[in-house]
Amino acid sequence: MNIHEYQAKKLLSKYGVAIPDGKIAYTAAEAETVAKEIGGSMWVVKSQIHAEEREKGFFKEEKAGKGGGIRIVKSVEEVRKNAEKMIGATLVTAWTKESGMEVKRVYIENYCDVKRELYLNMFVDSSTSRVTILASAETSIKTIKEAIDSSVGCLPENAEKIALALGLKGKQISSAVTFITAMYKAFIDLDASAIRINPLVVLQNDEIVALDVKMSFDSNALYRHKNIQKLRDRDEENPLEIEADRYSLSYISLDGNIGCIVNGAGLAMATMDIVKLYGGEPANFLDVGRGATKDRVTVAFKLVLSDPKVEGILVNIFGGIMRCDLIADGIVSAAHEISLNIPLVVRLDGVNVELGKKILAESGLHIITAENMSDAAEKIVKAVKEAV
Amino acid sequence: MSILVNKDTKVICQGLTEAQGTFHTEQAIAYGTKMVGGVSSGRGGTKHLELPVFNTVAEAVEKTKANASVIYTPAIFAVDAIFEAIDAEIELIICITEEIPILDMVRVKKALENSKSRLIGPNCYGIISTEECKIGIMPSHIYSKGNVGIVSRSGTLAYEVAAQTTDVNLGQSTCIGIGGDPVNGTSFTDTLELFLGDDETYGIIMIGEIGGSAEEEAAEFFKQSKIKKPTVCYIAGATAPKGRQMGHTGAIISGEKGTAEAKIDAMKSAGITVCASPAMLGSAMLNLLKGH
Repeated sequence: MNIHEYQAKKLLSKYGVAIPDGKIAYTAAEAETVAKEIGGSMWVVKSQIHAEEREKGFFKEEKAGKGGGIRIVKSVEEVRKNAEKMIGATLVTAWTKESGMEVKRVYIENYCDVKRELYLNMFVDSSTSRVTILASAETSIKTIKEAIDSSVGCLPENAEKIALALGLKGKQISSAVTFITAMYKAFIDLDASAIRINPLVVLQNDEIVALDVKMSFDSNALYRHKNIQKLRDRDEENPLEIEADRYSLSYISLDGNIGCIVNGAGLAMATMDIVKLYGGEPANFLDVGRGATKDRVTVAFKLVLSDPKVEGILVNIFGGIMRCDLIADGIVSAAHEISLNIPLVVRLDGVNVELGKKILAESGLHIITAENMSDAAEKIVKAVKEAV
Repeated sequence: MSILVNKDTKVICQGLTEAQGTFHTEQAIAYGTKMVGGVSSGRGGTKHLELPVFNTVAEAVEKTKANASVIYTPAIFAVDAIFEAIDAEIELIICITEEIPILDMVRVKKALENSKSRLIGPNCYGIISTEECKIGIMPSHIYSKGNVGIVSRSGTLAYEVAAQTTDVNLGQSTCIGIGGDPVNGTSFTDTLELFLGDDETYGIIMIGEIGGSAEEEAAEFFKQSKIKKPTVCYIAGATAPKGRQMGHTGAIISGEKGTAEAKIDAMKSAGITVCASPAMLGSAMLNLLKGH
């Protein structure tokens, strides 16, 4: 689960991670008020959406004016004007879809006089199974890597090693040690999956602060963090993906026109790949999970069909220990319930596969059955082309 | 020989009396797996599926001489179950459970470092040595005795491929699911090493996916290995978008890392045959083995 920059900064600052003064604003008037409260002579107006590279992004609406999603201004009046332009406008970055994301709030922050820009990333390295810190300096492409032993945690020695490798000096070193050890404590306490500080900066007064923060959490550990669950911003997520989540289905919307309903994450990815291989474009990733029951298949159909781009559906279920006749029953009743009117190709495998195929054939619905994955992909791509 | 498990492997099930434990233990017994008991706290001294039930893993090991344990319990209990099995010095622990927090797995990995145990999983389908021992949630009818070793993260995609190798009459020696989580007990590299050293395994199929670097590490290991065997690979997720978790916790392209292209390049440079289509792995393996 991802959170906004302002939420991440607030969480981290509670652990002692240094951040510039800043406040969130939902309207232009609020932006002006908080800019006055923060004080200073220069401010940064930052669009709050989950995507990265906001500064390099652009707004779709003309009213938002030129300039990216992060703007440096020199007066309270300019804070208000830019907040006015950005709030309600649609920001497109390299990380959003082409349709962009609506900016619903801006974070107003004190402008920092920066001496050096650095980069810090904390994550679990799957090749060593350890929480690992990656750091680099602006002038060097060389990255510093420090793996933390979970039985002792991040010691001042670990942090100091990073600080020295980054070429920090004097007071900067102690500031960095405080920063890094606090960041590690937050990472462990909150079950984070990644914290990225980009940039981490050295100020003119040699303090080390986080200029931008991106933080995400392990969704499998959210059950033990009620306060983090509250930070979830459903506006940032695809409504279909939220609906899928309610039924414990794993769904990710893509740009194509062939809906995919599959059991198992690996097989679901493989199904997308093979659709593409046969000249089609998958509309989604959808894993109905270990139990491909009638209810879940029905919800899956509804989800896939609520995407207006979908012009055909491919169901690929490798039943395993589940009986294909039961899965076929589920598909037929789901297709009846939603009065399906686009091509449907079904590939079933597992126990009672022949009985399953018979149920599909005798359903009175126009279901195209497939023998294997290649056959299924070929048939759905062809059926969609012919239907258009 | 097969790898890791065979007809002599003595298996207990932690959480035997729960629904999942009961169902899959019945299936394992039907396949011929030597199930020797179960562990259910508070149910010690009773029998379930005609197997003795113990209160602790240590007691079960002492009484049954079990050397493998399988865990199906929900995520909030599974981590403690793994630790208990490590403490009882079980040689092989298979954890099927999904949705275990990653930082819990970081602690588990630390505990495994100086232990006598190997862990398979979590979030995996298990391991099967054909006609000898089945531990996990896989359907037995798709497998047949043969000489292909299959390793994968995913379950159903591995079933798909096992069925393909059965269809072309190659059959399997051992099939192992290492799981879809970023931190897991046994890696692609560990499994490759075991398959390369196994006389009964003539060819290897590796089914990787986007995210992390386990596939690249396995490719590097294969490249350096003195023993080579015909090896076919498929990487799932060439069409996956960046920055999105594709069902499995580990299946995510972060920045430029973990892409299908990088993994495919690594496999090719190690001399491994890469299949673009997940439907062609069985026939690709057959073609390679024909030449041998």
